[in-house]
Amino acid sequence: MSSNGTAPLEGPKDFAFTAENLERAKHIIAKYPAGKQASAVMPLLDLAQRQNDNWLPRAAMDYVAEMLSMPRIRVYEVATFYTMYNLKPVGKHFIQVCTTTPCWLRGSDDVVKACERKLGIGLGETTSDGQFTVIEVECLGACVNAPMVQINDDYYEDLDAAGTEALLDALKRGERPKAGPISGRQTSSPSGGPTTLISRTSTSASAPAADSTHGDD
Amino acid sequence: MLRDEDRIFTNLYGFEDFALDGARARGDWDNTKDLILKGREWIINETKESGLRGRGGAGFSTGLKWSFMPKQTGDRPHYLVINADEGEPGTCKDRDIMRHDPHKLIEGCLIASFAIGANACYIYIRGEFYNEGSNLQRAIDEAYAAGLIGKNACGSGWDFDLYLHRGAGAYICGEETALIESLEGKKGQPRNKPPFPAQAGLYSCPTTVNNVESVAVVPTILRRGAAWFAGLGRPKNTGTKVFCISGHVNKPCNVEEEMGIPLKELIEKHAGGVRGGWDNLLAIIPGGSSVPVLPRSICDTVLMDFDSLREVRSGLGTAGIIVMDKSTDIVKAIARLSKFYMHESCGQCTPCREGTGWLWRVMERMAQGKARIDEIDMLFDVTKEIEGHTICALGDAAAWPVQGLIRHFRPEMERRILQYTGTQRAAAE
Amino acid sequence: MPKLTIDGIEVEVEPGTSVLQACEQIGIEIPRFCYHERLTVPANCRMCLVEMEKAPKPVASCAMPCGEGMVIKTNTDLVHKARKGVMEFLLINHPLDCPICDQGGECDLQDQAMGYGFDRSRFQENKRAVKDKYLGPLIKTIMTRCIHCTRCIRFADEIAGVPELGATGRGEHMEVGTYIEQAISSELSGNLIDVCPVGALTSKPYAFTTRPWELRKTETIDVMDALGSNIRVDTRGPEVMRLTPRLNEDINEEWLADKSRFHYDGLKRQRLDRPYVRRDGKLQPATWAEAFTAIAERVKGVPGDRIAALAGDLCDAESMVALKDLVEGLGSKNLDCRQDGAAFDTSARAGYLFNTTIAGIEKADAILLIGTYPRWEGSMVNARIRKRYLMGGLKVGVVGERRDLTYPYTYLGAGPQTLQELADGSHEFCEILKTAKRPMLILGAGALRRADGAAIQALARQAAEANNMVQDGWNGFNVLHTAAARVGGLELGFLPGQGGKATAEILAGASSGAIEVVYLLGADEIDTAKLGDAFVIYQGHHGDRGAHRADVVLPGAAYTEKNGLYVNTEGRVQMARMAVFPLGEAREDWKILRALGDQLGVRLPYDSLAQVRKRLAEASPVFRSIESLTMAEWGPFGQAGTIDAAPFHCPIENYYMTDPISRASATMAKCTETFLAAASERTGTHG
Repeated sequence: MSSNGTAPLEGPKDFAFTAENLERAKHIIAKYPAGKQASAVMPLLDLAQRQNDNWLPRAAMDYVAEMLSMPRIRVYEVATFYTMYNLKPVGKHFIQVCTTTPCWLRGSDDVVKACERKLGIGLGETTSDGQFTVIEVECLGACVNAPMVQINDDYYEDLDAAGTEALLDALKRGERPKAGPISGRQTSSPSGGPTTLISRTSTSASAPAADSTHGDD
Repeated sequence: MLRDEDRIFTNLYGFEDFALDGARARGDWDNTKDLILKGREWIINETKESGLRGRGGAGFSTGLKWSFMPKQTGDRPHYLVINADEGEPGTCKDRDIMRHDPHKLIEGCLIASFAIGANACYIYIRGEFYNEGSNLQRAIDEAYAAGLIGKNACGSGWDFDLYLHRGAGAYICGEETALIESLEGKKGQPRNKPPFPAQAGLYSCPTTVNNVESVAVVPTILRRGAAWFAGLGRPKNTGTKVFCISGHVNKPCNVEEEMGIPLKELIEKHAGGVRGGWDNLLAIIPGGSSVPVLPRSICDTVLMDFDSLREVRSGLGTAGIIVMDKSTDIVKAIARLSKFYMHESCGQCTPCREGTGWLWRVMERMAQGKARIDEIDMLFDVTKEIEGHTICALGDAAAWPVQGLIRHFRPEMERRILQYTGTQRAAAE
Repeated sequence: MPKLTIDGIEVEVEPGTSVLQACEQIGIEIPRFCYHERLTVPANCRMCLVEMEKAPKPVASCAMPCGEGMVIKTNTDLVHKARKGVMEFLLINHPLDCPICDQGGECDLQDQAMGYGFDRSRFQENKRAVKDKYLGPLIKTIMTRCIHCTRCIRFADEIAGVPELGATGRGEHMEVGTYIEQAISSELSGNLIDVCPVGALTSKPYAFTTRPWELRKTETIDVMDALGSNIRVDTRGPEVMRLTPRLNEDINEEWLADKSRFHYDGLKRQRLDRPYVRRDGKLQPATWAEAFTAIAERVKGVPGDRIAALAGDLCDAESMVALKDLVEGLGSKNLDCRQDGAAFDTSARAGYLFNTTIAGIEKADAILLIGTYPRWEGSMVNARIRKRYLMGGLKVGVVGERRDLTYPYTYLGAGPQTLQELADGSHEFCEILKTAKRPMLILGAGALRRADGAAIQALARQAAEANNMVQDGWNGFNVLHTAAARVGGLELGFLPGQGGKATAEILAGASSGAIEVVYLLGADEIDTAKLGDAFVIYQGHHGDRGAHRADVVLPGAAYTEKNGLYVNTEGRVQMARMAVFPLGEAREDWKILRALGDQLGVRLPYDSLAQVRKRLAEASPVFRSIESLTMAEWGPFGQAGTIDAAPFHCPIENYYMTDPISRASATMAKCTETFLAAASERTGTHG
């Protein structure tokens, strides 16, 4: 989303962590040795972004710079280098479609088209109601479950055009579909059942998924 | 085929509980204290003896890497850093380890840290793996609560702190010195070497950076013995490996198999074969996007290990196998990788910053045939101007897929150019 | 000492030497863009690749430390191919606008493209265009030309100590700039132009004015502060086109402060190019003869003790000695070269010099700054302290104002009370000073430019002696002057004679009528209202405060228009050289005084510059050896006296405008507007 070095969007004039996030920030900073607090810049920018509807205004970057005693430009460098920092507002459902070769081979073009058709927007655009943003991203590391998209924190895998449309419909209805392969197979195992570890696979139910609220670390 | 009892990642697919109880049931954290009490020398030696080579792509001996760390801790603390910034296209193995078997990694971190004299370890996980990171964090919290890590970890007398650090979207942070820079709160731009991390890494302290899988297999190796691991696979290419099979196969999947397994066998046994049958195979990228593509003729017989793949001028890399059947527009498939490298170039050094964009633009034209035949040679020449001239290996990684394409699919590239010139000429007439 | 072989030549180097440096030592030139010997080494341009035996690929020689037994080859096909490749990559997105680029003719990229470039481009794609950045009134950016060597970023971070530049974005979208539009807030920003190897950062005031090969180059020294930075004046015809630093490791290394680099347009404005005589209350143009006659008429018959002379901040030693001889010939002992009114004891040289020397700062391990803001009073001194700080292990304590010095310091207190505690050993910082091997102090304008200056000076001497700052082979007592003329005036004795009046008394005398004639030699930093009804002769080059008040104006030469000696704050005598002729009817200053002397019946005994300098050498032995440094003997100086408790305050309100030349400069006015007006506005609304 970032990747361009020029001109930030102004956004709100002021930013400060909520009391709760301030605690989290202290917890994060404490992970690093004394004097090495700059190490916390990425997690703090992430925290700020989560507090600010998933995008990072300049005021938040300056706030983090101040908190970590870093020159502002060093924080701007970080914020523009890493793609997960959104330097302009994004939709409530931030859809990142992987189109790198492994996903492309298995039909990511169809997923992109499905998004565009269903939402009436192109890549890099946000729906006028502010609900959806769709962007193209590089490999998200779920290649054996291609094609896939990431929506906010969750991966949706084994997609095709119809599956993508169904997913978007569910989001529009206000549901939060279960993350993972929509094909119903167990994570990265071959569809139809594993070819290995057969003795073990029948014994237990699927693993509990982690709660995806923030602040666990 | 590898026997189930020789598999290390017994919860690869997450059928079982990933948390501590499940992990203990799978044998993790069993006698860890005893392993530690056998001492650093023993751990490093055993790891060397096992023949374990780094699973992050470069394939360097893990035990040997550990032995480069200063034997005594001086005024600078030692660090272990785990490279969990998995992002090589075609690769998704560390993800499974972290979300389904995190205690293997955590236990490995403790043992490896002890072996290199580190009291602290950071796991650098790619930011997009949000839920995977949450599982891992939960496992870390459990391990702390159970006294497995923290002060006097496992009752071994060794103090050990383990921290999760989330990235924020940059493939280059998978390069170990870029990862260190990033962990220090900077842009992920690789450092010049020397100095190597073992001399001056994180916070200028002696540091070892290991891949997730490399460290996660260590506790099992130590428990079952170096000889067991060394007995699997082929000489110098020992043990088991998690392979990721993606692309045009019937059943894409991750699977742990023995090193040196024939590529064809791997695909047919576990991934349901190539879509439309083996004869429908066009080409395979055998080790993640950075290694050169192999045409079918080589895929018929090649074995999946470091040395076998190097012999055919490709590489095992991360063992991310990208299969392409005959319906594939191979030029476009490689052009898409060129775009990936352009997007992920950090921008600091000239050949990569300027060269990756050039490669992509020419590749896009090649995909359409909008080029001259002699530009294929120029393209190859440009890849050679990038290769070996950059600070880190991303330049090489951008060059090799294009070189592999030209090496094996030049006739297809020429055909396209002639076809395009033909249609242009026809249209003009 | 590692021994290695480079192109078949065996060479032994100091440990830590890079391969590139080793190559240079034996005369092998290695092309480079990002490498700069005074900055950290990122090895990002990849131009300096060489072949190293046993290495699988070429190595960046700038970042490779020499090792025992290394075999390096710099002249092989592999090396040439690698460098040609890098050059091709640098050029594919670099615009072909050399004909309209100010860097043309002195561009590293242009030069090295001659050696490693192709004669045509294989790049068929569109070139990248990058938006230009605003970096203030001094630096022009054409960012499409940027080759991302990051020298500017490293200069700002490391040398200037203002981490405001960075490279945002990544890959081919990486852009160098400040991200948020802002001017670079450093007095050293002009050096960014010099460190930039291409035409991405160029001089805004110089833009599109000349080509380097059209310029005549004169090596001289700067007079904008008391450091005597070495500069080159580039002229075309009668016009100064630009100023650039010359290397002098003892003073400015290869840097130059912004005022020193950019004041030159002030040399073209507000100039006095003919004599003037006040008639009917108005200054009217006059001939030299008329002006001299007017002076002679008024001065003849006035007793010597009713005549006084003040020398300004930019005067060469020759003119000051000539004026001294003239007014003493008229029987006056009322002369002073300290127009700022600083009252300090000049009896011992060590008491008014920067004894440690500027380069000597690098040997210090503790520095006490007393009443000084070195960023403004001597930017190169501040840069040197920062350099020393970056080497590690430096402790700095500040007595005076709390301002950003670009390095961390311990704030000790605001004024004389703290200095007293440091002198009597009761301050806790004394522990640091006493345990330091080579502690030093710097006494600045804020400490000496006060009525109790001599007592402060005595207290500082006490502090220096009490804290081990004066040892065998180490003199840690330093005065940082701000005026180029000052130490020269002190050395040649442009000071009140026995029973003579100093600046404050001269001005008081003029107000009261006790002084009838005041000769201002380029003295503009005085309160001219205090001159009362005195007859004022102003000799100088700018129509500034002094000339406005004068009854007779004699047009002199600016420092670029005469050959003259200056003594810097260290006591180093340096020669300024004439780059252009004096303007209009203006003349070299000592000649004016020589001629006027004849009119007034005081024949000055010199007819040539060589004879004036001989006279200077008589006045003070320091003038016997030009371009060298005469160290001062330690001895008692300063006078005990009542000390005002008022805090030390830097008397410089505006760094960019401190003298008649910089006040006339439009560029300096823009800097004032950008850096100071904006800052005071900020303070106003946020304070």
